[in-house]
Amino acid sequence: MSGAATTSDTGAGTSGKERRERPSTFALILNNRLAAAGLAVLGLIVLAAVAAPILPLADPNATDPANRLAPLLSEGHLLGTDALGRDMLSRLVWGTRVSLVVGFSASLIAALFGSAIGLVAGYAGGRSDQILMRLIDLMMAFPYILLALAIVAILGPGLVNALYAIAIVNVPFFARNIRGITVGLARREFVDAARLSGKGPLTILWSDMLPNVLPTIVITLSTTVGWMILETAGLSFLGLGAQPPQADLGSMLGDGRKVMFTAPTISLVPGLMIFLIVMSINLLGDGIRDALDPRLRSGALARPSFRTKVAKGRRMPGEDVEGADLPADAGGGVHPPLPAGNSPARGEIDGSGTSAAADLPPCGGDARQGRGGLPGTNTSSQTATPVLAVRGLETEFHMGSEVYHASNGVDLTIRPGECLGLVGESGSGKSVTAMSLMGLVPSPPGVIAGGRVGFKGEDLADAPDKRIRALRGGAVSHVFQDPLATLHPLFSVGDQIVEAIRAHQPLFKRAAETKARELLDLVRIPNAAQRMKALPHELSGGLRQRVSIAMALANDPELIIADEPTTALDVTVQAEVLRLLDTLRRERDTAVLFITHDFGVVSEIADRVAVMYAGRIVETGATDEILTDPAHPYTRMLIDCVPVMGEPERRLDAVPGRPPAANRLPPGCAFADRCPRVEADCRKGEIGLEDERGSLAARCLHPLAPGEALAGGPIPDGAGSGRPSGREVSP
Amino acid sequence: MSETGPLMEIRDLARSFGGGRTIFGTKKPQLTAVRGVSLDLTKGETLGIVGESGCGKSTLARMLVGLDRPTRGAIRLDGEDLSASGTQALARRVQYVFQDPVSSLNPRQTIRAILEAPMRHLLGLGKDQRKARLETLIEDVNLRPEFLDRYPHEFSGGQAQRIGIARALAAEPDVVVLDEPVSALDVSVQAQVLNLLDRLKRDRGLTYVFISHDLAVVESVATRVAVMYFGEIVETAPARDLFRAPLHPYTDLLIRSAPVPNRKRQATSGDSGELPDPYDPPPGCPFAPRCPRAEADCREAMPPLEPRDRGGAHRAACFHPLAD
Amino acid sequence: MTATIAKRLLAAIPVLFGLSIIVFLMIALIPGDPATAILGSYATPENVARLNASLGLDKSLPQQYLAWISGVLSGDFGRSYALNRPVIDIVLERFSATLLLAGASLLLATVFGLLAGIVSAVRQFGFADKAITLAVLVGISVPSFWLGLLLILFFAVKIKLFPASGMVAIYGGGGPLDILHHLVLPAITLALVATGVIARLTRTAMLEVLRQDYIRTARAKGLTERRVIFRHAFMAALVSVIPVIGIQAGFVLGGAVYVETVFQWPGIGAMLVNAISQRDILLVQGGVLVVAASYVLFNLLADVCQTLLDPRLK
Repeated sequence: MSGAATTSDTGAGTSGKERRERPSTFALILNNRLAAAGLAVLGLIVLAAVAAPILPLADPNATDPANRLAPLLSEGHLLGTDALGRDMLSRLVWGTRVSLVVGFSASLIAALFGSAIGLVAGYAGGRSDQILMRLIDLMMAFPYILLALAIVAILGPGLVNALYAIAIVNVPFFARNIRGITVGLARREFVDAARLSGKGPLTILWSDMLPNVLPTIVITLSTTVGWMILETAGLSFLGLGAQPPQADLGSMLGDGRKVMFTAPTISLVPGLMIFLIVMSINLLGDGIRDALDPRLRSGALARPSFRTKVAKGRRMPGEDVEGADLPADAGGGVHPPLPAGNSPARGEIDGSGTSAAADLPPCGGDARQGRGGLPGTNTSSQTATPVLAVRGLETEFHMGSEVYHASNGVDLTIRPGECLGLVGESGSGKSVTAMSLMGLVPSPPGVIAGGRVGFKGEDLADAPDKRIRALRGGAVSHVFQDPLATLHPLFSVGDQIVEAIRAHQPLFKRAAETKARELLDLVRIPNAAQRMKALPHELSGGLRQRVSIAMALANDPELIIADEPTTALDVTVQAEVLRLLDTLRRERDTAVLFITHDFGVVSEIADRVAVMYAGRIVETGATDEILTDPAHPYTRMLIDCVPVMGEPERRLDAVPGRPPAANRLPPGCAFADRCPRVEADCRKGEIGLEDERGSLAARCLHPLAPGEALAGGPIPDGAGSGRPSGREVSP
Repeated sequence: MSETGPLMEIRDLARSFGGGRTIFGTKKPQLTAVRGVSLDLTKGETLGIVGESGCGKSTLARMLVGLDRPTRGAIRLDGEDLSASGTQALARRVQYVFQDPVSSLNPRQTIRAILEAPMRHLLGLGKDQRKARLETLIEDVNLRPEFLDRYPHEFSGGQAQRIGIARALAAEPDVVVLDEPVSALDVSVQAQVLNLLDRLKRDRGLTYVFISHDLAVVESVATRVAVMYFGEIVETAPARDLFRAPLHPYTDLLIRSAPVPNRKRQATSGDSGELPDPYDPPPGCPFAPRCPRAEADCREAMPPLEPRDRGGAHRAACFHPLAD
Repeated sequence: MTATIAKRLLAAIPVLFGLSIIVFLMIALIPGDPATAILGSYATPENVARLNASLGLDKSLPQQYLAWISGVLSGDFGRSYALNRPVIDIVLERFSATLLLAGASLLLATVFGLLAGIVSAVRQFGFADKAITLAVLVGISVPSFWLGLLLILFFAVKIKLFPASGMVAIYGGGGPLDILHHLVLPAITLALVATGVIARLTRTAMLEVLRQDYIRTARAKGLTERRVIFRHAFMAALVSVIPVIGIQAGFVLGGAVYVETVFQWPGIGAMLVNAISQRDILLVQGGVLVVAASYVLFNLLADVCQTLLDPRLK
């Protein structure tokens, strides 16, 4: 057994647990109080309708003219009698029975034919899809009920004809819904995989498509049944459905209407019954939809708020960390005075910031940066007070009863003009850490549970919303990963830059436009004046990212937070954008927090690197020192497992295992289970970020000496088959 | 080993999308993704295909396994033209590993059902034979047999990609086309998958077509490399030669652009990175507008892909290659 | 821009053509002898003979269609046998009343639906959201023909605030205010379902948009929440809500059938119901064709609005 297999063992163990923890669809529906109520009411009604023949009810069609229009609660007639003296209660139960049967049958017919058409059209594509969908469009070109009327007009009035009419009219809904889903699925790679497995089109439709489409069919069915019952009742109400003596709820309502002013209950009672049926079905249908729709299930449709929630009893560093406080807020949350205006002018922000930051002592890990000496850093920045000093930042995600520690006590320091590269794998918490600074982590589920975000002496976690808004895009700006998704699709790029400028500077539109054009020139977009009018989708990926950078520079920020800004770009374009960003930040002496997973990218732009693992910084130091001779085994392994240009013969040593789940972090070092140098003391207690050689600081009890290779010991929890073989595991 | 000729011959393969006319007789826009690619694949090699987004490498890959029909050209396996015979004929001998491991597994089928399908439909194996093979197959990709009855969502990206590889191998193919097989994976997992692919190739005598945008990955796995730009192969050579001494200016730009830890890049000219409009391709070399070496003749005709060394293994489509 | 609109207009032509074929086929699809069936109780031998001649039922279907469609295009939809008047006259007279009712309802539904949807999304899981969600559920579950009766019983019979029926008062009516007075109850009844549907979809669309990356960008720029929600989020959500409003126009036009019957509104819906009961097929045919064509045109308008809003759709 190799280390890779060890990986899967632990991995599948956790996922197995997850599987058991996921509640069943039915339980989810019952958990939804409204849906459960709907189910209860509907159950009662259906039960009564089914039991109609054995219930002690009067003959629904026995007329009794002497006893006509008896009021509610009269003797022998609980709900009174109608204009012909027939017992209303009995007619109500029997009418419900007819309405339910007709409504459900119509729904099933529509679902069957509609889904079949949708599946075939969606999977076949091409010409057959076009022909089928044009026909469906044609049916939908008729106003809904009008088409039903036309069909009844052709077939003649009658309950069965009304059923057909409603069923036919609803076929397009199913067909379009199912086709939409099917087209999406047919493009998915697993369908290609099925074709490559030698399956024919019919087999794929049956065994690969249908099981994935079924939830949508159920959702569509459960949300349209109520509507169809309503519509068949409607046709009967108009006298085009059930014909006397047969009666459903609609025709009863229609009959009652004739005596509405003298005996309103005769029409109101069947109407109320229709309402109850439809309402209960809709409640249940919504419950089913919420339970089956994976997006709603995962709560993905929650609306992120303006700013990440900050927990009330936020844990503060300082009690256990020596001298890491920010004096500006240690004195009881003293904020720099806010200017009166909505958007303070830059000078004021700067002024207030500097005064507060002046008495910031160099804290913890930063002092050693000065000692270590940073080659390649702007000399001015080495002794300057930090722009950003984050201490003990904890950002959590609260999902149900689980708490995920995405960012688990992070310290970061960036000085003016310095670029700090924050490196880590997906799930290491690097993006969450960066987005927490300005409160851009979506809440719910994100919560800042502890720590300080020191921006020039001011704790941003304490700052009022107004202050945060003034800083966002002003002194602190962002560049995000995928510029197509991060620029608004409907507004021209010029508009969007102008908006960014005017949010912080009291400029007229014309002046802001001139400035926007200058910014586009600055990021070397050719034809800036014309590109102002372009929409994001009209530009290439590289140009779009330049626009984002222009927008980030709009208000001369002191700090740019760049979250994987070049990851979505092609290598040649990435190289250009990196170079541009590097030049601009040096020219303007802007501090940059650069998030990436790529050590190659980091070495091109960052002065200093912080490596994150499982929500913590495990190592920091000057870029070239970290890259050549890291102290933390994780950093070493992360560098070694990536192929490097020009070194094709180098062994790729995979990191065995997987990072721990963020909701079940182990005590001690989170990397212990994957580390070849692990010892017993690694698994307990708090391990601090300690100074190592040179500029390096590592969170490790057994760090690597300079030039030392990783020890060749067996993987700690290897599957027992001794030394792993082949290239698959690190030696 | 019968070394009679190349295992797979690709001749002038092209694929266009759109085109034709609307019912009003106006021309619909036509986009040519692959414009005449010819390649030979020798048994046992790993051919790396490199290129940036939009260069047609994925379309080419899909044609090689029959997921897409070429507009023109031939794919011959041991001399037999299979380009028109559809997925099933090709899938027997050429299989495919997808970029996104999670979306390539049907969320509503067990791993067993997924892995059994090729054995049943392509190899026509009976139940008992399938059962025995499944167990060895899953262990071959370093997964445990009890995983067979689980569903795809229970696996991590790296595990899912190993299942995807197992599915490709279940049909016992000769050639496996790997379309960005590690791009969707985390860096620490990439090496696991790359090393696994390396071992499987040796154990099973496979031939790989390895498609990637990541030059470092391709350099580490490929024996021969073809560079694609705008639907055409602009340079092909043994991996070592190509990375050591590229001939085509585009290859050179790619290599210089790749970020390498601890190597500060020397400043290059301000390259726009813009591709030509695929709906209205310029005459001549599509790289000419970005090329520092472009001259008048580059803008008139597309340079042919010609041998540039004695053995004829290093070929470049350039009038003014770098070696000159 | 004009080119885009022209293109959409051209695309509507095949739809209208298909529509006319379906409506035309109504007669061919009637089981049994169409002329007798169409005339129903008016089926005297001479009427049957006259109808057979005017429909040209002895000719082939394409010939019949050509004759019919050229009649339709010149405004000749045939004669209503029950009312003994040209179909076109009745239909146009009735359609204007329906257009007023449906237009008013759609306006109400759009305004209140959008508002409710935005409030619901912005206050997600708050009290307003819960109240609106429940109200929407009730709204889309209430049969409009029953709601109409309830409103009549309360507002017309009990507190005598609004009239129970008709479009104008019988004596001295006809002024805009009088029409408005009569319009209130039917318009509300008709608007209820559409309001619910629009509110629901606006909420979903807003929530969908609010979690997009470009909203995070807007916030990262330091824009005010109001600007983020009403400019960045709402404009993007509107793109997906507009086609829903287009579809709701169809529901409103169709739902007018019930409301017109309940409130005795002299519209085309009530006319159609009578015509079907009396098997006055030519009148049904004319009515259906006009309403369906106007619906197609309305959707065309929605389509153009959507394109204007979202230039990517060009």
